[in-house]
Amino acid sequence: MSQKSSDNGASLSQNGTSAYTFTKEQLAEIEVLKTKYPEVQAVTLPVLWMAQDTFGHVDPEVQRLVAYTLDLPESHVHGVAEFYTQYFKTPKGKHVLDVCTCLSCHLCGGMDTLGYLENKLGIKAGETTPDGEFTLQEAECLGACGYAPMMQITNDVYVNHLTPEKVDQVLDQLASGDTPDFESIPMPLVSTTSNNEAAGGSDE
Amino acid sequence: MSDWTTYEPVLIPNIAGLDRLETYRKHGGYDALHAVLHDQNTWPDPASVVQEVKEANIRGRGGAGFNAGLKWSFMPPVDGGPRYLACNGDESEPGTFKDRKIFEYNPFLFIEGATIAAYAMSITSIYVYIRGEYRSWIHKMEKAVSDAYDAGLLGQNILGSDFSVDLVLHSGAGAYICGEETSLLESLEGKRGYPRVKPPFPAQRGLWGRPTTINNIETLSNVPGVIRNGADWFKSIGAESHPGPILYGISGHVNRPGVYELPSGMPVMTLIEEVAQGMRNGKKLKAIIPGGSSTPILPAKDLEDLTMDADALRGAGSMMGTAGMVVMDEDTDIVETLWRISKFYHHESCGQCTPCREGTGWLEKILEKVVTGQGTTRDLDLLLDITSQMEGRTICALADAAAWPVRYTISRFRDEFEARCKPSLIPVG
Ligand SMILES: Cc1cc2nc3c(=O)[nH]c(=O)nc-3n(C[C@H](O)[C@H](O)[C@H](O)COP(=O)(O)O)c2cc1C
Ligand code: SF4
Ligand code: FES
Repeated sequence: MSQKSSDNGASLSQNGTSAYTFTKEQLAEIEVLKTKYPEVQAVTLPVLWMAQDTFGHVDPEVQRLVAYTLDLPESHVHGVAEFYTQYFKTPKGKHVLDVCTCLSCHLCGGMDTLGYLENKLGIKAGETTPDGEFTLQEAECLGACGYAPMMQITNDVYVNHLTPEKVDQVLDQLASGDTPDFESIPMPLVSTTSNNEAAGGSDE
Repeated sequence: MSDWTTYEPVLIPNIAGLDRLETYRKHGGYDALHAVLHDQNTWPDPASVVQEVKEANIRGRGGAGFNAGLKWSFMPPVDGGPRYLACNGDESEPGTFKDRKIFEYNPFLFIEGATIAAYAMSITSIYVYIRGEYRSWIHKMEKAVSDAYDAGLLGQNILGSDFSVDLVLHSGAGAYICGEETSLLESLEGKRGYPRVKPPFPAQRGLWGRPTTINNIETLSNVPGVIRNGADWFKSIGAESHPGPILYGISGHVNRPGVYELPSGMPVMTLIEEVAQGMRNGKKLKAIIPGGSSTPILPAKDLEDLTMDADALRGAGSMMGTAGMVVMDEDTDIVETLWRISKFYHHESCGQCTPCREGTGWLEKILEKVVTGQGTTRDLDLLLDITSQMEGRTICALADAAAWPVRYTISRFRDEFEARCKPSLIPVG
């Protein structure tokens, strides 16, 4: 790699500049990532994730940082960022609520959940509340079809089996700076002899 | 069919704490890998492992149902260069939510299976592609992978043998198409997930132009059992032509939706009435989508003696897919449900091929017209016409996956569609 990184954590090669920087630790982490693949380009997705987790989005300035850091064409990083829906190409609210309205969720009240949130937040899907707290989005299947209706919070935890009460609770929790816990949903036992115990799972 | 109520799960057994390596090992975990690496009498060479897996007939659990061992045997002879295994944990077909159970409850079973597969095919690096939305599960896998490395079960000289392989977790970022095997390879290489034209097939030119095999997470998780207990044991479970355990994901209008591990070939009605404890609110069953959103819908009248295996489902006019069964009750608006499925495929088309890019758009648009009462009966024939212009004319199977539901839902529920339509002013034909 021809790219240099100075000691203060700036991360730009001679090629250009960005308003954003990665820390020294992050640059070291990127070097480790690169060792896992035969070609640098392969770390485009992981480094875009790292950038989004740090800056909250990957707008064109952040995309430039990623491109310069990896010594890849900006057009490449831009094309990748645009292709994948989880990358936020523009800044979003502090909490992004992805409500699944796909097949199984559609059958089990996903649209009602979305409608309830639209009313409650006073915005439509795709919009952000004026205070910048919440962005509401309609999502395609998130792989939680049996636990519908459900939503994902800011690309992270899933909350399942949503009811209006549970939605209220989650919003309060988020507004108070807390995030809901990961919900482990064990596999129901099938044997008729031990009816409702859970199969699998950790005992923690 | 043996008595399913006494079936003992093997992919996700009812053992607390299996996600901890010591618990996994206490229950026989890594015995299979150990045998493969050290028991020269039973496993003289990697080819003997491929042979056993082929014999077991583990049909790919990612949707296409291809014999895993047979796929492995397509890898070209070793030439000293890198060879890859790409594990498909993209799990994005609507109705499918099973692989995450393995990540969460039995991660080492999958890791052991992938490691045995790597040995069998002389793989040098394993990449595990997990959909980006599964961040919580990726964290669980990170812990498991790191523990496996610490215990000498991944990396250099595994279990003291001369076999070495690395395993890298790779997060997607929201794109259903990346579950298609060549799109997944593009995504792993750090690109947009545009599926590749085949041939060349991945076994010839896969990741970074090198021989690559792609398998689903559940497929690979069946491998340790086959090695430990033999192909005959595996074949004794479930349906003869599609043997082994299946993670059935049941969603929709049932009392107890969820993922259930049971033998293949389960009667559909048993899954609905007994396993998932019947229809919600005492409603009547209207239809099912048996294996994820692309598999053709089956009306209740066709389900009486139907079993969940590739042959039986094909005979009934559908497919096994991912065994993610979506159950719909009598109140379900079939027209609206189909529109929602079409919206999904339109959203997820990568746009490379004109028939798919345009076709999925038209399907959604016309169905929206029908849903809102603006459609005419002529539109129904137009929809069928569009599907026949999409099927088999594209780089990957997403176009078929989008076309099938439209074709079969309209043909099987035509009266419900017609009831929504205004009569055509211009006669058809
Ligand atoms: C549009 C499309 C999406 C797919 N998505 C997935 C997926 O999410 N997970 C998966 O394992 N296979 C998926 N497949 C199937 C893969 O292309 C491939 O057949 C499979 O991963 C091979 O593994 P197996 O033989 O073990 O099933 C998809 C195929 C298509 C055409
Ligand atoms: S069929 Fe559709 S998804 Fe597949 S490559 Fe063509 S445009 Fe992309
Ligand atoms: S349909 Fe909503 S999670 Fe699958």
